[in-house]
Amino acid sequence: MAHIELRNISKTFGAKTALRGLDLEIEDGQFFVLLGETGAGKTTTLRIVAGLEKPSEGDVLIDGVNVNDWGAAERDVALVLQQYSLYPRYTVRENLEFPLKSRIRQVDAADIAERVDRVAKTLQITHLLDRKTDKLSGGEMQRVSIGRAIVRQPRVFLMDEPLSALDAKLREALRTELKNLQMNLGATFLFVTHDQVEAMSMGDRIGVLDRGKLVQVGTPAEVYGNPRNTFVAQSVGSPPMNLFDGKLSSGKAVADAGFSLPVAAKANGSTDGRQLTFGIRPEDMFLESGGQAKAEIHDIENHGVAKIVTLRAGETLFRLTTSARDSLAIDETVNFSWNPEKVVLFDKTSGMSLRHSA
Amino acid sequence: MTQIELRGVQKWFGSNQVIKDMNLDIADGEFIVMLGQSGCGKTTTLRAIAGLETIDEGDILIDGSAVQHLKCSDRDIAMVFQSFSLYPHMTVYQNIAFPLHATRTSSADADKRVREIAGVLRITDLLERRPSALSGGDMQRVAIGRALVRQPKAMLMDEPIGALDTKLREEMRAEIKRLHVRQGSTTIYVTHDQVEAMSLADRIVIMHEGVLQQVGTPEEVYGHPENLFVAQFVGSPVMNVADAKVADEGGKVRIHLDPADPGFEFPRELLSRLNGHAAGGLKVGVRPEGILVSHEAKAGYVPLEAQIIEPLGSHDIVDLKVGTGMIRARTPSGFVPKVGEKVHARIDPAQAHFFDTGSGKSLGVRL
Repeated sequence: MAHIELRNISKTFGAKTALRGLDLEIEDGQFFVLLGETGAGKTTTLRIVAGLEKPSEGDVLIDGVNVNDWGAAERDVALVLQQYSLYPRYTVRENLEFPLKSRIRQVDAADIAERVDRVAKTLQITHLLDRKTDKLSGGEMQRVSIGRAIVRQPRVFLMDEPLSALDAKLREALRTELKNLQMNLGATFLFVTHDQVEAMSMGDRIGVLDRGKLVQVGTPAEVYGNPRNTFVAQSVGSPPMNLFDGKLSSGKAVADAGFSLPVAAKANGSTDGRQLTFGIRPEDMFLESGGQAKAEIHDIENHGVAKIVTLRAGETLFRLTTSARDSLAIDETVNFSWNPEKVVLFDKTSGMSLRHSA
Repeated sequence: MTQIELRGVQKWFGSNQVIKDMNLDIADGEFIVMLGQSGCGKTTTLRAIAGLETIDEGDILIDGSAVQHLKCSDRDIAMVFQSFSLYPHMTVYQNIAFPLHATRTSSADADKRVREIAGVLRITDLLERRPSALSGGDMQRVAIGRALVRQPKAMLMDEPIGALDTKLREEMRAEIKRLHVRQGSTTIYVTHDQVEAMSLADRIVIMHEGVLQQVGTPEEVYGHPENLFVAQFVGSPVMNVADAKVADEGGKVRIHLDPADPGFEFPRELLSRLNGHAAGGLKVGVRPEGILVSHEAKAGYVPLEAQIIEPLGSHDIVDLKVGTGMIRARTPSGFVPKVGEKVHARIDPAQAHFFDTGSGKSLGVRL
């Protein structure tokens, strides 16, 4: 159980700045996800919290205590990585016991057995306890790694892309298992990933990192519905938010792509004629025979439950979601519209959402 | 015009049978996707059609004549692999033109064809470059160009975009589809990615452990899976599947997924349709969008507690507790405000699938 706070953290590696002025607060019992691409600084942040890396500037606080000078072991955090670093010649049980057998912990044997059994049950690996770890599948190995982290009841769980090496079906299953586990343990999780589906589906709160800077922190709904800038808009959601450059003219978005559609007039500072970027989610655009704009079908992606259609207006490609029952053909010309209430306005130059900057 | 037919094809690697009695008809101009996990036999089948692999039994027919004894080069089929296998010392132009040297095409004709295909693939600007100066997507375009330039009877592709990153993969997938629409050549495409299969194919061929499981359009495979394997392989999140106990309650029929659940109501005609299968050994399958949810109590709906909510932005996936088990429902975003709350839910009878537990086969019962 722990509350984590990062205050004005910066980190440089030689001439390269990995993190810049990062402020972050993770509440006790929260599932916090840091989302970012490779090189965004998410693993560095995790390692700074773990005590494996020292910040060049700034403070790390756990439960209000500055732990800058504490070593990794003293911080009492557990780390789960993408590679399952299990002891191959040990059985699953021995792997789980290992962290408890360290001399400084002095856990008695009966207590160890009880804790291992409970963890194994939680993770549904009881039947594997006497197997050697090299006889396990990827998903089983990752469960054991997580089990080894849980068994010593750390204050904080730090997870660095623990699901990335698994195949899609297993990832889907472990995602809910992990979320369920976190809720049952009531533990504080800091989870790092580049996969926006993982971030959205598991996080109580998401922090979006862009090249060492934290761009936005919010609940999945906030980050998705009210992105702070075009970077965040395109980081969450699959397919990502469509962006159209254009201008506002008497309540209408006039897109450079060659169409104009109405926009609900409530944004601040969105005076006519200003260079803007209009953002709209694929599920807020519709194919309608009476739609005011025209485009050609470039591609159709069939997801069974729905189709994602890529349209082409001028040189611009964008996507909308439609019913799986619609029969459509490539290169067909279609009419479309959007929900004017759902259009997000960004400043074209800065990429900032007008809702946030105003 | 190219039709391909497989008749009773069998193939062993030592004692391991990798293709088991495969029968398949591919029509001229069709885009066929072979879908399956690694090791299911899809690549071996593709290589057997190309002539890169022999078969132990059966016939492979191209336009009605058996070709299993013909060499690869005599079958007039082009292959594109995941690794690009371009000649590093030749320019893009020379790479694409290379297969034409073997076919004694006049150089004027060859030039015309290379430029034409480069135009289609939008790599005209790259013709004088060497492969080492190209991006992954462009290299794969060149490889496709080289395969298409000699106008083969059929085009076989083995995970051609599997090595590319997500964004480029989506782009290339669209291009491959558009190219097919334009050229209309018979194409067989192998992948393990079900979204790719659903998006590209006229018909999908699903394989598992060397056995063909189902052949059908994307809509058929998604909407009418013939067995549990297909039902759970296609679609994300996976179809809910649970053992079903059918209880005849006079006016109503209820299906219990768990001894402790309140039971899901179904129309009475289900009993006669199941035709004795109701007694036992029955599994019911329903996709997350086939779980209907409501805030208010409604006839036929039962209250279920939300255990996990996965918000995905455009919609949520909610795990609802059913006794000790769980079913996953697809709901509008924010429909269930928080974990622990109850919603009223039912299985849409029209979207329920029924399978025989023993064989895993669909009973073909749809309401």
